[in-house]
Amino acid sequence: MDVTGFSPLTAIVFIPIIAGIVILFMDNKNRDLIRGVAITAAFSVLALSALVYFGYNSYVQAEGGLADRQDALMEAGGEGVGTQMYAEALQFEQRVVWIESLGISYHVGVDGLSAPMVLLTGMVAVAGVLISWNIQDRMREFMAFFMLLVAGVYGVFVAVDLFMLFFFYELAIFPMYLLIAGWGWIKLREYAAMKLTLYILIGSVVAIVGAVAMYFTAWQFFTGDGAQIFQAALESGILPAGSTENSWSIIHLTLAAEHGAFDINVLGIEGLNFAKFWFPMMFIGFAVLAGVFPFHNWSPDGHVAAPTAVSMIHAGVLMKVGAFAALRVGIQLLPEGAQTHLPWIVFLTLINVVYGALIAFRQRDFKYVIGFSSVSHMGLVSMGWTTMNLTGMTGAGLQMFSHGAMTALFFGCVGMVYDRAHTRDIPSLGGFMKKMPWVGIAFVIGGLTSMGMPGLSGFIAEFPIFQGLWEASEQVSLQIGSFELTNYYSIIVVLSALGIVVTAAYVLRVAGQVFFGEFDAEKYPDVGDIAITDRMILILLGAPLIIIGLFPPIMAPMIESGVRPVLALLGGG
Amino acid sequence: MFDIFGIDALSVLVFGPAVAAFIVAALAQLAPSKAVGRWTALTLSILLGVVAVAVFLVYQQAAPTIEGQFLVAQDSEWFEVLGARWTLGIDGISAVMVLLTGILTPLAILASWNVEDRSNMFYALLLLFETGSMGVFVAMDLMVFFLFYELSLVPMYFLINQWGSLPKEGAKYSGRYYASTKFMIYSIGGTLGMLLATQLIGWSAGTFNITMLAETWPMFRQGDMLLGTDAATIKALAFLGFFVAFSIKVPIWPFHTWLPDAHGEAPTAGSMLLAGVMLKLGAYGFIRLVIPLFPDVWISDVAILNINVATLFAILAVLGIILGAFAAFGQDDIKRLVAYSSVNHMGFVGIGLAVMAQIYGQVWASGASGADIQSAILATNGTVMQMFNHGLSSAAMFLLAGGLYYKTHTRELSAYGGLWVKAPVMGAIFIFTSMASLGLPGLNGFVSEFLIVRGAWPVFTGLTILSMIGLLFTGGYILKGIRAVLHGPFNLHWKDYNLELTRAEFIAIAPLMVLMLITGVYPNWILPVINTTVTTLFAGLAG
Repeated sequence: MDVTGFSPLTAIVFIPIIAGIVILFMDNKNRDLIRGVAITAAFSVLALSALVYFGYNSYVQAEGGLADRQDALMEAGGEGVGTQMYAEALQFEQRVVWIESLGISYHVGVDGLSAPMVLLTGMVAVAGVLISWNIQDRMREFMAFFMLLVAGVYGVFVAVDLFMLFFFYELAIFPMYLLIAGWGWIKLREYAAMKLTLYILIGSVVAIVGAVAMYFTAWQFFTGDGAQIFQAALESGILPAGSTENSWSIIHLTLAAEHGAFDINVLGIEGLNFAKFWFPMMFIGFAVLAGVFPFHNWSPDGHVAAPTAVSMIHAGVLMKVGAFAALRVGIQLLPEGAQTHLPWIVFLTLINVVYGALIAFRQRDFKYVIGFSSVSHMGLVSMGWTTMNLTGMTGAGLQMFSHGAMTALFFGCVGMVYDRAHTRDIPSLGGFMKKMPWVGIAFVIGGLTSMGMPGLSGFIAEFPIFQGLWEASEQVSLQIGSFELTNYYSIIVVLSALGIVVTAAYVLRVAGQVFFGEFDAEKYPDVGDIAITDRMILILLGAPLIIIGLFPPIMAPMIESGVRPVLALLGGG
Repeated sequence: MFDIFGIDALSVLVFGPAVAAFIVAALAQLAPSKAVGRWTALTLSILLGVVAVAVFLVYQQAAPTIEGQFLVAQDSEWFEVLGARWTLGIDGISAVMVLLTGILTPLAILASWNVEDRSNMFYALLLLFETGSMGVFVAMDLMVFFLFYELSLVPMYFLINQWGSLPKEGAKYSGRYYASTKFMIYSIGGTLGMLLATQLIGWSAGTFNITMLAETWPMFRQGDMLLGTDAATIKALAFLGFFVAFSIKVPIWPFHTWLPDAHGEAPTAGSMLLAGVMLKLGAYGFIRLVIPLFPDVWISDVAILNINVATLFAILAVLGIILGAFAAFGQDDIKRLVAYSSVNHMGFVGIGLAVMAQIYGQVWASGASGADIQSAILATNGTVMQMFNHGLSSAAMFLLAGGLYYKTHTRELSAYGGLWVKAPVMGAIFIFTSMASLGLPGLNGFVSEFLIVRGAWPVFTGLTILSMIGLLFTGGYILKGIRAVLHGPFNLHWKDYNLELTRAEFIAIAPLMVLMLITGVYPNWILPVINTTVTTLFAGLAG
């Protein structure tokens, strides 16, 4: 396949970087120019993202398109079908060799899982710039860092090269730290920024060590036993022309994984192979960023301390980066490890879902409620991964998008209320629906989405996750010594459904106390309706919730096509 | 089914109200006058009502020629990874319910003509509720059914929470916050089991199509293992999920405790639709889902009690009739009195459902005798009729009670007295609707209750007798209500008040009275439609 031409994804990654650098050279007093450049960049990446999304969608759904191709491939079966499905799923590819001796290349592309994430990032980027429209303090630096953050997030989603994935992963964390520490909530920002950065860095360092080990193991495999496989893949075009045996390409590593390169004994322990040993570290290393219990602790503090735009992109997109990378690097490259370890990781995600919701219920601070609700909802994403079947994983993919838009909308609402009321203490707020009807309605739509109300995207996402758990119940078992635990996923689904009721309770409580009830005009003299830029944010983030809720074919088949290669690697269909 | 501008009529009924709601809500920004929103809402809802009537009439014409039970109007791709499709269709039972919803919504808007506070939003929510309930009645796919079933909660919650009653004297907060939250949590908690059971069914049967499920799911893995336990246990649990969800909605005693609060605090139009349409969603769910999907569970024995599930359900229904009547008798709040009367009347629906379930289960398991099937068909016809009739009379009763509350700002029966002098038309209509609710021969309630009792007699003789005694208490509380409001010495406190029906109220209640009378005198305008479907249902099973 031709991977040398220019890809819109390259533009998507580099436009924010260039915009960020350009902004840094501007005069801080020239506010209109700064935000003009920022919003132009954000809108152009959003337009390109939409182009990529709908282009990919037609690629999947067309007659004889990807969906049909995957059916045919699954029908044919055979060795290496998972890698082939993944390679064929990639679109808008571009590959430029970067450091040849290390096997590192600049390689971008999207598949069914990352295309929705690209669109989401574009939406949240525009919303983030718009909500920071009137930021007072050092606008130049703020916008520049924000643009770098957006570029980093985009880079992770479009990376087909593992080294590049890490590169952008770290690139996103650095401006995140500065934005929280520099522009965050004064009481908490330094502590929270430090905590967040340390958690995520430690997680990613663990994962990098694993990635290096994978790189060497795959290299060894392809120069030794797997030399023929490598040649065959190169000739059939699964690997891009000019690939070498040592490569960080995810296609390359997937090929190695599928042919058993990671099935080698480590540490000399009977029954422990490479995949089983490294999987928990790789998966949880990334899942830290997705807020998996017990490593979720950074997330509520980080969200609360961050300025609104950063909370939006952080909860809306960055947590998805964690879940996405955990799937892409953890499950896809180490499927055997996934089968061994996900059956116990599901308990962690159960704690996420129920405990997160319970804690959210008893918060007094408006923003903490949303912060903990993210922990709870991201638990559902990880829970979807643990089902290891098409239904559940498709649901998790949908939940990533749904939660991204929803939680960005939530943080946007919180920010708008806080900007005018100057407090986030729930009991002292009240009656804001009358003064800010747009925000009130948007919050209600977001709230209904988060409690999984049918007709909104939350339902479309949670339903398949739960159904996937039922489905997994007869397939998954957990071996502890000589004891085998079976059919416990059905218990998990019943328990996690409790999370829904608790979610309904806290959403109703917050909406009731903040937006309904009596308004105190003396206490909040500044509260008025929102500006046009704020309305654009609410529409931009709220509309997809309704559209997907009523019309899932706009996204579900695409995510399904992204999940199927991973499932083929896991040995299912 | 026919098309309107290229969209089939059922989709118009489902999405039309939502579009209308959006238009009305948007008018709040565009048109400063509240009258514009009001008239737009009324016009659009009447147009939708006309479509509903047309759907009913077209179905009536087509009914004898339909193959099988349903007239499927639309079947398109929706959520393929789960096997859910966007399938809409109707049979005789849903046609009647569609008609009821289509009629009641414009009347509810008329009844709330005097709403001033954010009136556009109020009407928009009423229309949104219509979308939810229409969707439930025409959904042929379990997941679509669930979608609309939950969706109907949202507008009702806000109607109660935002436009409910004012705080009582001396109280800081209105009871509406408590009532709406209780309603919401009760309903969401109740549907949780149903949600899990829906997922379980969808996974194990591989489809959500209700017609296909009714054929395959009862036979599914009989005596086999499912999820590591006996399949029968799992199915019993799934049954419980559905059972609790719909029992809360009907409401079946003892799941009814949310209802008096919600009804009492809801605005007039809210209680009209709550009693008139929303309770029917539960009963409809039993007929459409719980009975066809779980025939074996209904006739299985309940531990300890030594009776089968259908009989237990009949006992609960009879308890609802008797205790509902007692509770209604004990109220000093006119809206709560009417609310408990719903518990009482929906108890008859419960008995009818129990008969249907019992015989359906027996026919499914072994094939039952012709006479039993005949009784079950009668009882089921009566149940659907009763759902329609209760929709009419409870909506009318709530309209009157709500109007009285709006004019007097009190709901206490003891504060009224002798109002007939002051409001003769209102008094006459009050008595008319009370009589319909009482089951006076010649009015609608009599026909359906007679059918249910006739159908239930051979199946649950003792319980039927008890329910007849319950009917006696119904007379008790209704007469008490009439006496307290209309008779007795005139309470001079109201001498300067205008308590007569407003014009809008009169226009709203007139069609209800006409329908009550017509249905009472000539039930055959609606009964054959129901009967065709119910007969097909049982015949398909026995054949």
